[in-house]
Formats: sequence, C-alpha cells, structure tokens
Amino acid sequence: MLSDQDRIFTNLYGIRDPFLAGARARGDWDGTAAILARGREAIIEEMKASGLRGRGGAGFPTGMKWSFMPKVVGDRPHYLVVNADESEPGTCKDRDILRHDPHKLVEGCLVASFAMGAQVCYIYVRGEYFNEAMALQRAIDEAYAAGLIGKNACGSGFDFDLYLHRGAGAYICGEETALIESLEGKKGMPRLKPPFPAAVGLYGCPTTVNNVETIAVAPTILRRGAAWFSALGRPKNAGTKIFCISGHVNKPCNVEEELGIPLKELIETYAGGVRGGWDNLLAVIPGGSSVPLLPKATCDTILMDFDSLREVKSGLGTAGVIVMDKTTDPIKAIARLAAFYKHESCGQCTPCREGTGWMKRVMDRMVTGRAEIAEIDVLERVTRQIEGHTICALGDAAAWPIQGLIKNFRPLMEERIAEYKSRKPMQMAAE
Amino acid sequence: MAPSLTVKVTVDGIEVEVPNGSNVLQACEAAGKEIPRFCYHERLSVAGNCRMCLVEIEKAPPKPFASCAYPVNDGMVVHTDTPMVRAARRGVMEFLLINHPLDCPICDQGGECDLQDQSVGYGGDSSRYSEDKRAVLNKDLGPLVKTVMTRCIHCTRCIRFCTEIAGVPEMGATARGESMEVGTYVQKALSSELSGNLVDICPVGALTSKPYAFVARPWELKKTDSIDVLDAVGSAIRVDTRGAEVLRILPRLNEDVNEEWLGDKSRYALDGLKRRRLDTPWVNRDGKLVRATWPEAFAAIAAKLDGMPGDRIGAIAGDLADAEAMIALKDVLASLGSANVDCRQDGAALDAHNPAFYTFNTSIAGIEEADALLIVGSNPRREAPLINARIRKRGLSGRFPVAMIGAEADLTYRVQHLGDTPDVLQTLLDGTHAFAETLAAAKRPMIIVGQGALARPDGAAILASAWALAARTGMLRPDWNGFNVLHTAAARVGGLSLGFASGKTLAQMMNGGVDLLWLLGADEFDTARIGAETFVVYQGHHGDRGAARADVILPGAAYTEKSGTYVSTEGRVQRTAQAAFPPGEAKEDWKILRAFSAMIDRPLPYDTLDGVWARLAAVNPIFHRIDMLPRFGCGDQTGPVSQGAMSAAPFEQVIHNYYMTDPISRASATMAACTEAHRPAPSVAVAAE
Repeated sequence: MLSDQDRIFTNLYGIRDPFLAGARARGDWDGTAAILARGREAIIEEMKASGLRGRGGAGFPTGMKWSFMPKVVGDRPHYLVVNADESEPGTCKDRDILRHDPHKLVEGCLVASFAMGAQVCYIYVRGEYFNEAMALQRAIDEAYAAGLIGKNACGSGFDFDLYLHRGAGAYICGEETALIESLEGKKGMPRLKPPFPAAVGLYGCPTTVNNVETIAVAPTILRRGAAWFSALGRPKNAGTKIFCISGHVNKPCNVEEELGIPLKELIETYAGGVRGGWDNLLAVIPGGSSVPLLPKATCDTILMDFDSLREVKSGLGTAGVIVMDKTTDPIKAIARLAAFYKHESCGQCTPCREGTGWMKRVMDRMVTGRAEIAEIDVLERVTRQIEGHTICALGDAAAWPIQGLIKNFRPLMEERIAEYKSRKPMQMAAE
Repeated sequence: MAPSLTVKVTVDGIEVEVPNGSNVLQACEAAGKEIPRFCYHERLSVAGNCRMCLVEIEKAPPKPFASCAYPVNDGMVVHTDTPMVRAARRGVMEFLLINHPLDCPICDQGGECDLQDQSVGYGGDSSRYSEDKRAVLNKDLGPLVKTVMTRCIHCTRCIRFCTEIAGVPEMGATARGESMEVGTYVQKALSSELSGNLVDICPVGALTSKPYAFVARPWELKKTDSIDVLDAVGSAIRVDTRGAEVLRILPRLNEDVNEEWLGDKSRYALDGLKRRRLDTPWVNRDGKLVRATWPEAFAAIAAKLDGMPGDRIGAIAGDLADAEAMIALKDVLASLGSANVDCRQDGAALDAHNPAFYTFNTSIAGIEEADALLIVGSNPRREAPLINARIRKRGLSGRFPVAMIGAEADLTYRVQHLGDTPDVLQTLLDGTHAFAETLAAAKRPMIIVGQGALARPDGAAILASAWALAARTGMLRPDWNGFNVLHTAAARVGGLSLGFASGKTLAQMMNGGVDLLWLLGADEFDTARIGAETFVVYQGHHGDRGAARADVILPGAAYTEKSGTYVSTEGRVQRTAQAAFPPGEAKEDWKILRAFSAMIDRPLPYDTLDGVWARLAAVNPIFHRIDMLPRFGCGDQTGPVSQGAMSAAPFEQVIHNYYMTDPISRASATMAACTEAHRPAPSVAVAAE
C-alpha cells in the first residue's frame, strides 16, 4: 500500500487550495529552474531511468517517447501537446488533476517542453470539462503572472508559452493524431502513421502528444529522483497511478496507488468493497471501456499493472476500473459499449465505420436473445475483421469488449438465445 | 552519404527497384502485381481509408498494412497474396458491401465499377449481414453529376479531387461514423469547370453522369480515340458511340496535355451534336432559305462567282475548323485568284511571322518547371480549365508567385492582382513595378498572354510589349521559352500555321469589302457587320449565327464525324478520328471543297485524305509531326512588329460563360442547364426601410 509520503497527487480530492499558493505549499514549482538547468539530455535520461510509462492507455515508455524528438530544433518549431480529452468511459483521473492540482500539469508542461525543445505547448481539454478548463486557465494565468511560464520561465532564460484549447466533444479526438487534426481546425480524424507526430505532427512540425497524468507526474519524478519512482510498483511497471473505481462498489473513487496492487485489495481498501461482498462480483473491466472484461476468477488474483493485465489478454488502459456485480447483465453492458463505439467512430476507414454499426446491431439483438447461436461466431469473426485493420486503435477498442464478452460469457449468450426461442416459438405460416 | 534515389523491394519474390519515397502499392505495381484499391488515386493525396490494398510485410508486426500509405524502404519484402492478406481483403470487402445497395442492374456504373470488379475477387457468395441497410439522401451537385449517395463507400476521392485538383473546396464529409455523408453541405451546383471528373474518379456508382443516366451500358459502345476541340488545349478524349449517336465523351490519358482530366464543356456538350444540325444544303431563293441538293447549292455559288474578280472574294474560318478544310478552302480561293483568308474571328492581333509569337511555347507540361508566372488579359480558368489546373498543380508543389493583369477573377489559386489596364504592363516593362523583380529573379519565369489582351485595337502593341517584357526578364533563352499565347479556339494555331491569315482581314471584308464571303464554320463574330450586298456561303455543321445570314448553306461534319487535324495552343498537331457519320446529306468539309473545285473546273490537286495531309505538310512541316511536340528554347529574341501605343482601356474577359462558346455547346441542353445553374443570383431588391 502506498504511503502518504510517496503520493504525488496530494490534492486529488480538492480539499486544499488548488491554486498557486496551495500548490507551492505542496511543493510544486520548487526548484523548477534547477531542474531546467540540468539540460535537455539529463531530463530525458532521468525520465527514462524512472521507468514511467504513458498514463493515457498504451503504456509506452515516456522517456523514450521524448527522446524521439529531434535533438536540435531545426527550421520547424517543436510542439508539446497535452491530451486532456479524457473521454474513455469509466475514466475521470485527468479531471481531478485539472480541477484540483492544475499546477502539477502546468509545471509538467514547462519541464517536458523544455526537455523536447518545444517553446509552445497546447493543452487540448475535453469540451465537456468546462469548469476544469476554467480552473486550468486560472492556473495558467497565475503561472504567467508569477513569471513561472512565459518569457524567461522561472528565470531559466527559456521562453515558453502555454495555450489551452477546448475540444467540441468527440471521443476520437483523444487519439493523438485526430487530436492534432482537431487542434489544427480540421475534422477530428486520425492520420496515417507513419509519419509519426515526432516527425510530422502539429502544423507539420515535430510534436509529442502526452496524457495529462504523464506530464503532471514528471516534475515530481525529477525532484525526487528516478530511483524513488522506479522503486515503487513492479519491475517494468514502475511508479504510482491514479485508479478510477466505478460501478457496483460501495464508495466509487479516484485513488493514487502503486502499480501492481492486487485488484481485490484496490477495491476492498479504497472503494469500500463490491456491493454485496466480493462473492457478489461478476466481472471487472480493468482499464476503461476499451479493454476486455475480466471474470471474477481472474479478478481474485490479478495485479493491476500493464504487463499482468496483458498476460490475461486484457489491459491496464487508463486504469478506469468498472466493477460489475451479479445484478449486471454483461451482454447489455457490452451492447451499451458497442453503441458508444458506433456513435464515436469517425467514419474514415471502412472496417470501423461499417463494422461498429454491424456489431452494435447484432449486440442489441443478443441482449434479448433474438439471434441464432451461429451468430455468436459471426460476431466474433466480425470483431477479428476489424481488429488490426484500421487506421487508429478505435477499431480495436470497439472489438475487444465484445471479444471479452464472448470469451467469458458465451454460455450466457447461448442461454439467452435458447430462452428467447422457447418463449417465442417460430412463427409458422398459416398454411 | 547521400540517400540513394532508388530502393530494392521484393514483392512476391520479384525484386524491383523503385524510387525512394514511393509507397508499397507503387512497388507492387512495378512488380506487376495488381493491388485492389478504392481510395488510392495516383494524382490525389493518400487517404488510406478504404483498407482494401492491404498487404503483408516481412519483419513488421504480423498484421496487414495498407500498402498505399506505407513507405518503402530498402530490402523490404512484401507479400500480396497470403492467406492473411486474402482474409483481410475479404473482410474489408464484406464491410463495404453490407451497406452498399447492390443495385447493379439499375446502376449506371455497372460494367465499369471498381466495387463490382473487385467483389468478383474478394466478395462472398452470400451475405452474413441481416440488419437493416443504410440509406442516404441524394445530394444536388448541379446538372452534370448525378448522385446516388446510398452507393457511396466513403473513399473521399471526390473530396480530395475538389480540394486538390479543382481548387474548389466545396465537397466534404458531414457527421461521423456510419452516419458520415459526403456532399457539399449547401445544396448547390459545384462551381468547378472540372466537376465531370468526379464521375470518373468515383470508384462506385455514387457519382454518375446526369445527362448519361440510363442511356447505355459500356459494353454496347464503340470507343474511338479522338481529340477535343471545344477549347484550344487539345485534350485527349475517347468518343463512345452507339450507331450514329455520340453518347459519351471521356478523357484519355495524355500526361503532356490533360493528364486524365477533362473540362465539363468538352465532356458534356455532346448533346449539342444532335441539335440544330445542318443536314442538307440550303439555298436562298427570293429572300427565303429553301432545301436544295448539292448540285443546286454548288450551282448557286458558281453562278455568283462567275466573272467575280478574285479580290472581291473572301473567306473566314471559324473556331472549330480543321486544317484539312482550311487548306482546301485556301486553295480553292487561290484558284479563284483570291488571297483574302482570315482565321481570326475576334480580330486578335496575332503575328503569324514566327510561331513563337502565337503559341504556348512553354508547353502545358512545362508549366510544372516554371517558377513565376504573369497572366495578361486572360482568365485561364474559363479559357482553358486544364491549363488552369496545371498552374494550380504547379502552385501546390512549391513556391510559385502568380500575378495577373486583367479583369479580377478567382482562378482557384493565389494570384496577385496587379491591375486591369495595359499601363501596369508598361510599369513592369520599365522595371518600376515590384513584380518585375520577381520575374527577373526567377530562373524559369513565364508569361501567358490571353486573347483578352490581343483582341483589341492596341493588341499588336500589347503583344510587342509582352514579348519585350519576356525578353527583359529572361524568359527567352536558348534553354527556356517562357512566352505563351493562350488561345480559346482549337482552329486558331492551325489556321495561322498554314497561312490562313492573308490578304484582307476580317474587318476589311465586312461592310461590303468583298462580294462573296465564304464562312467555314465562322459564327463568333457579329454577322450584321457583313455588307448587305455580300453573298454569304456558310459551310458548317450547326445552324448558328453564320447560317442565319447565309445565302447558301453547305452542311459539314462536326469534329466527331471526321478525321480532322487540329493544332493546339501549344502547337501540338493532333487528329480527331471519325466516330460517327455526319447526319443526312452533310459531308466532311474538305470533300465538299474538293467537290466544289471540280464543279467549277478548278480541281484541287488532291482527292484523298492522304493527299490533303501531304499538301498540309508541304505548306508547313509541323503537320508532319503528329502528336509530338518538340520543345525549343528561344533562339531569336526579335519581337513582333509594334504598331501604335497601348491604350488605357482595361482588359476584358473573353469568355463570359464558360459553358457556351461555340455552335456545339450553344446547341447543348446540358450546357444550357449549366448556364442557368451558374447564373449569378439576382440581387434581391431590399425595401428602403
């Protein structure tokens, strides 16, 4: 269990002053100039050594991602773009950072931009996060006024500008290249990769897109040292992470914990346990709606980190833990997710555009059982036809929950179909 | 080490060398492997959204890659036909078909549909999709493009064509996911002269030709390769006929001229070939035109000619006249003792002494090498949409300053408008204008002089000034000729090349300047200027302005009905091919003149098409060079003779309505509909208070 001394987000619940005075009291903006004085290379090396993996879902090593940016700023400027378009169902961690600890993010933007040679940083905030955007803007204004960012940021001689941009409400704009398109004023549709944003990103310039949590933890790591951070968690899954526990638990909450904490411990300790006790648990979606669900048997022992969850063919994703007790109809739950992905598909590439609608319609019938047993296999094939064939990962994200359902709850689906058939015998023609 | 220019890629065991920077699809094509695709198009940006061109790449993650969007690298090994690739393509095809209406029997794309063809290779025999299909409301894109949007597979080729090639970013996609719809959002006709190309690039039947709807199936048509003559570009076309009817005109590939595009007028004016045709000779008897036979018509002319001094005979060639007819007419007049021929209906001050003075010397493909452009008295978007598209293409590929002097117009690319009067040209010539430095600093500057600058009283002075500016700014060099005259008439360069501008000019033939005036399809001047006593012979294919004034009408053949030689504005000599027969009694034009010459006992020395071609080549050796255009620099900087001074009158547009510029397009109902659709909205009268 994480000790209070090792917590990074010490105002996650907003009980203290979120703004500059409060942030300074919690240690933010302490010695930022000294961190910058270490130089670009040293900061990136420290981040690599810390073992921090991206907190947006994919879990790519952050230090390595930063090192992909050109070493020298050429005739094209570099950009840092912070992805605050937090739209993954079951996830609300960035929201609490934005409204309760915005200075961690602002300081992180300065440090990360400096490390990548970017003098301009954009924070793309989800359109629905109005109050959060207001809080963040206030923090940015405070930082400007205090000389922490802007010309000669923190007295380091580094000129840095930070802009907040509000999205218009599309899940796909959380995909990094779609976010860049949207930021450029175009329709939010993912770009083809390669080229990757580090080569051709925002306005055609080298760009890195990072999640809010990734950027917000960077200053603390640099202040307390890579060794401290990497000592937390498990090997290759270092550090702490904000988990968002929602669903059928007694006390849904956001909590910062070490990676690798057992799922059961996480739920029992912080969320007051599953409604009706652990034995009333049906399944858990461990990382936001895009990852396959885990049946109770797996939940009993699983550790919450990138590699453990990958081993059971699920994923840590955004660490949005969605708990479902035995009152849940898993077919209906996944059908709801299928409807979500159909609604949020950008429509650019064929498998996702056509496939999400197909899956949604079949899932709707599966909920009532108005289907044939053989259609479960068709549905499974359709998810395989989408997975890996699309421009971005939304196709995969739409396919995986259904794959997880079929893998773990196929008997239930068949039972539902049989029940429907028995209830409504096939209509015969009159003759 | 400099990066190598080519890389070696192995495709299905075949090693090919392709330029560095190619994509995998191009490498597969180089290896002779056909990759199915819908969204990829060589001339458009890569979208990578149809996911049909999937291939497997060794030493990459074990998943299929979209070959159109994946760059090659040295030593790459690609497989285009593995179980994984086939399964992936079948999967994509299934997705494309679930919401496609499969209404091939009533779809005009049937028989030439990419989706139909590729579903033979990758489609299933039955559908596993039992849900409701998507239906989409059709969009109004104007009189040329018919939409059946339920058939759309969202490849976005049309969006990219409009944005990139046509330069009118009017198409786009609204909504997202399954609800995404391609359209213009505002329901109005596309404001592009190239909109017909959307029909060609649409891989399915979503965008089809409105005038051609339900007319024919592609396998019923006879295809004839020919040349377009409705502007002076000389685009390569294919004429599709069934029996005597021309049903469709499509572009053919010619990288040097039209690439694979075609202007809307050239594509859609074909219904004008069936309307208002002259199909029998007519003779004026007692102030009224009556039908006649060929001998009667010839006799009427011969009677008039009897004893007429040669100097009192004149001929004017129209904008669609082929070189064969012009040389035959010139020879007939010469045998009658007349040298009064003119092919410049608009009275443009074209100097025929040196071909460099009246052709597009840089060549159309050469535009892509230029690095600065000045347009004088021309609106290339209306006068030659394909040349305009080429200028736009050049502009998109890198820095290309373009300035224009003349009536302000939206040319689809950024143009610095310098003014609309000739004195701007003078300031450029004096070097006092800032753009003169831009031209002088450019390595390959070019100038385009339009008919709006030449068809005016001070045209000769403007031509001389433009040439002088070209000489001064380094456009005329042994390795580069940046001086260009843009014509609007397909016949003009041909006429000038064979000397169809001698003796009396058009203006001198007016108001009784001649007693017998032979109009060879000449309809583009005010026939009221012809003297009341002048006997007018109209030889042509449409009952237009010229025929209305005629005393004798000789029915000729349109460009789809004869093998005619035309010289494009570039000086490119090309031939049309006979795709259909002229209607009724109408004949090929040179044959009419040959028959007439025999009738008046002055037979022309040739009576076969080969004989006419030999005669043409004897007059000007360029007629030997069919389809070839050697490019020359400029060896001789001597300019055209300057007469008088430039006036202060502003340059005017030559073409006010792109859709109606000649007898064929004026007879076309489709072009009339376009004219109506693009008529500027009447200004709404607003009450004062």
